[in-house]
Amino acid sequence: MKKIALCVLLGLFSGGAFAAGGGGDLMDAQVDVSDTASLQRGAKLFANNCMGCHSAEYMRWNALPEGLGVSMETIEETLIYGSYQQGDMMNVAMRGADAADWFGAEPPDLSLTARSRGADWVYTYLNSFYRDPDASIGWNNQLLANSSMPHVLWRLQGVPEPTYEEQGGELLVAGIQVPEAQAGTLSEAEYHQATRDITNFMAFVAEPVRAKRQEIGVWVIGFLVVFTALAYLLKREYWRDIH
Amino acid sequence: MSQEGASKSRRRFLTGAVSVVGGVGAAYVAVPFLAYWKPSATTRAAGAPVEVDTSTLEPGQRVNITWRGQPVWVVRRSEAAIEALASVNDRLADPESAVASQQPAYAQNLHRSIDPSLLVVVPICTHLGCIPSFMPRPGSLDADWQGGFFCPCHGSRFDMAGRVYRGVPAPTNLQIPPHRLADDGVVVVGEDQEAA
Amino acid sequence: MSDATTKAQGGLLGWVDARFPLTKMWNEHIGEYYAPKNFNFWYYFGSLALFVLVNQLLTGIWLTMNYNPSAAGAFASVEYIMRDVEWGWLIRYMHSTGASAFFVVVYLHMFRALLYGSYQKPRELIWIFGMIIYLVLMGEAFMGYLLPWGQMSFWGAQVIISLFGAIPGVGEQLALWIRGDFNISGVTLNRFFALHVVALPLALVGLVVFHILALHEVGSNNPDGVNIKEHKGSDGKPKDGIPFHPYYTVKDTFGLGVFLIFFAAVVFFAPEMGGYFLEPPNFEPANPLQTPAHIAPVWYFTAFYSILRAIPDKFGGVLAMGLAIFLLFLLPWIDRGKVRSIRYRGLGHKINLGLFAVAFVILSYLGLQAPSDLYLGLSVTLWAQIWTAVYFGFFIFLFAYTAFGFERTRPVPERVTD
Repeated sequence: MKKIALCVLLGLFSGGAFAAGGGGDLMDAQVDVSDTASLQRGAKLFANNCMGCHSAEYMRWNALPEGLGVSMETIEETLIYGSYQQGDMMNVAMRGADAADWFGAEPPDLSLTARSRGADWVYTYLNSFYRDPDASIGWNNQLLANSSMPHVLWRLQGVPEPTYEEQGGELLVAGIQVPEAQAGTLSEAEYHQATRDITNFMAFVAEPVRAKRQEIGVWVIGFLVVFTALAYLLKREYWRDIH
Repeated sequence: MSQEGASKSRRRFLTGAVSVVGGVGAAYVAVPFLAYWKPSATTRAAGAPVEVDTSTLEPGQRVNITWRGQPVWVVRRSEAAIEALASVNDRLADPESAVASQQPAYAQNLHRSIDPSLLVVVPICTHLGCIPSFMPRPGSLDADWQGGFFCPCHGSRFDMAGRVYRGVPAPTNLQIPPHRLADDGVVVVGEDQEAA
Repeated sequence: MSDATTKAQGGLLGWVDARFPLTKMWNEHIGEYYAPKNFNFWYYFGSLALFVLVNQLLTGIWLTMNYNPSAAGAFASVEYIMRDVEWGWLIRYMHSTGASAFFVVVYLHMFRALLYGSYQKPRELIWIFGMIIYLVLMGEAFMGYLLPWGQMSFWGAQVIISLFGAIPGVGEQLALWIRGDFNISGVTLNRFFALHVVALPLALVGLVVFHILALHEVGSNNPDGVNIKEHKGSDGKPKDGIPFHPYYTVKDTFGLGVFLIFFAAVVFFAPEMGGYFLEPPNFEPANPLQTPAHIAPVWYFTAFYSILRAIPDKFGGVLAMGLAIFLLFLLPWIDRGKVRSIRYRGLGHKINLGLFAVAFVILSYLGLQAPSDLYLGLSVTLWAQIWTAVYFGFFIFLFAYTAFGFERTRPVPERVTD
């Protein structure tokens, strides 16, 4: 019976993967929110490339210094365009209605995307754009077909072209490649790193306390182990009376 | 017998150890629950310093702002009003602004401000918290009135520097919030003037 | 016992005892409550459930201090708690993890009762109170899940409220009455909030008191299923009983420590628990115009959700689900056996109960999967139908072999065995 209980517990605590929408296998973003260098690079890329259209309305600018390990002055100088009042959120000037006119859909807020879609999804998405002359915006995305978002990072990655594969008489996008003639400013590995940095930053934005909570958790569990060991000794001591 | 004694002391020791460690744990658990009541980041952001442009403020005029959820008035005093300040000293409860909690050190002077012409004051009567009326014109309350603040709730009177008159219910002068003068006539309420 | 209270006592305690039965209550329920000495692993979960209840009450009260129960503000206020309020994230994770932990602990506690026949005479009322607690807990969890106002909150509530709509005749009106609006809205959110934070917790605490009072009236069962009150020593105390305090208070303290290690591991390292405790779509604000691609209730409801989906008829599914819970209420009368503990019951019962537990786990798993998924070539729906049959079969077989004397039980010892 103990075995059954253990199995139940293990089953519960092993935490299976939860399919969070989207098809296919996702790339592993290897999120590490304690990697402040990556977060800093990611923040810069995010502010320069994503925040033209996307807000992070639940994220406070002045919550960045603690997670990124830089001063608020640096944040103001390098990341914030336009006026800043203390306590402002990472909002953008673009109005939702305008955006819907331009792109066909309102660019979603990115505060929690790394949690609702998953960081791996975000990472894969950023690596799944390809040129598609048939699409109204000229771009398509292998992970999220007919996504209304253009490939904002094309100058970095280059212009990826799809490779096709025939399946049941239909041509399907099988892979994506950047032809040499259309290369961007970054190599493939550098682009992976850049998108990983953005993903990492978004994971941080989705839960700014993540690194801190894990840090505290180590101490809490250490403390509980000591407490439990003492409680066990106490229990054994008293239970010598019984039997 | 001796074994029993050993067991008893061991039992006492372990009971104590578990209680102490458990107590420390409980105290640590209490910390987040208590800290939860502190002003949140939103509240602190809302309490951030407020900038007021006083460059167009005429003598006798006032700007009404909110800082940390409280009203703050920025008043431009006329030359006459500044001169009148000293003349009412003998009728005031605390003419020297001796009660240190009512103003920052840099406003502990006759005019209770950095710039004599600019008064920055929290218009909350120190009696029971009503908002006094702003009556800058001399004689507007009675013949002796040199201009100032009059609380309609219980009749407390303050002069044009927010100093309380004697014989009224309010015990202390009006509060002067931390403030500093920035460039171009901008007053920043909520930030201290750096020591010159 | 009465001696202790009438004894002339000095000091503050004596003063209080003359006016309030403090010592008397302590002795009755803790100091001189004699519990069988052979409690095993399974007996930790009662006190743990009580602890989790306290955790939920405390963290819940704290969360209400910053939560905003309106359609416009709910989602943002949860993020506000998570980000802006000092330690708000910890209080919130303790509450969300506590909700799942509550069900883990309660399910194990209930399984213990099945293992050792703790629902049988004379403990039927303890079982009934326990089942009502379980029902209220399900209501509490369901309503609490709407409060973050995320996509799963909204659509989960949509699905469950629609179940009431399946009742012939009055269904639609009933669903409308529950929602208070033509679709789930801020109106629904407000009433669920009131019930979640005031009404149901009040009911829970009261029921827990009844549950414990009933238990202490008849005395605790044990893994051997024997009545320890039948063998009392010359002092009138059960020979196989030991005072709850200090023996079980120290034991439960140890158990609590182990539990807290698991609990803290989730809170600090995996608060989403791979999407089982906090579902990913719930990090998107509720959108009445778009259903998430894959909706499944939280894991603790999925066994019943599977049963619902296994029946191809809408109302039939609701009935089957209701019956799956209702039959548990009747357990003390379905099981006509005289032997309580699994240790001395027939092989058939052991297999039957084992299959029931397996069916519950498998149905829970199936409830999380898309109905069209295939396992070994069979669809999730078909698997769910098979295991739903096993689930109900438990009750039918149990009645059959106990009422008609087919069960070959082993002799029950006079005294507890270890």
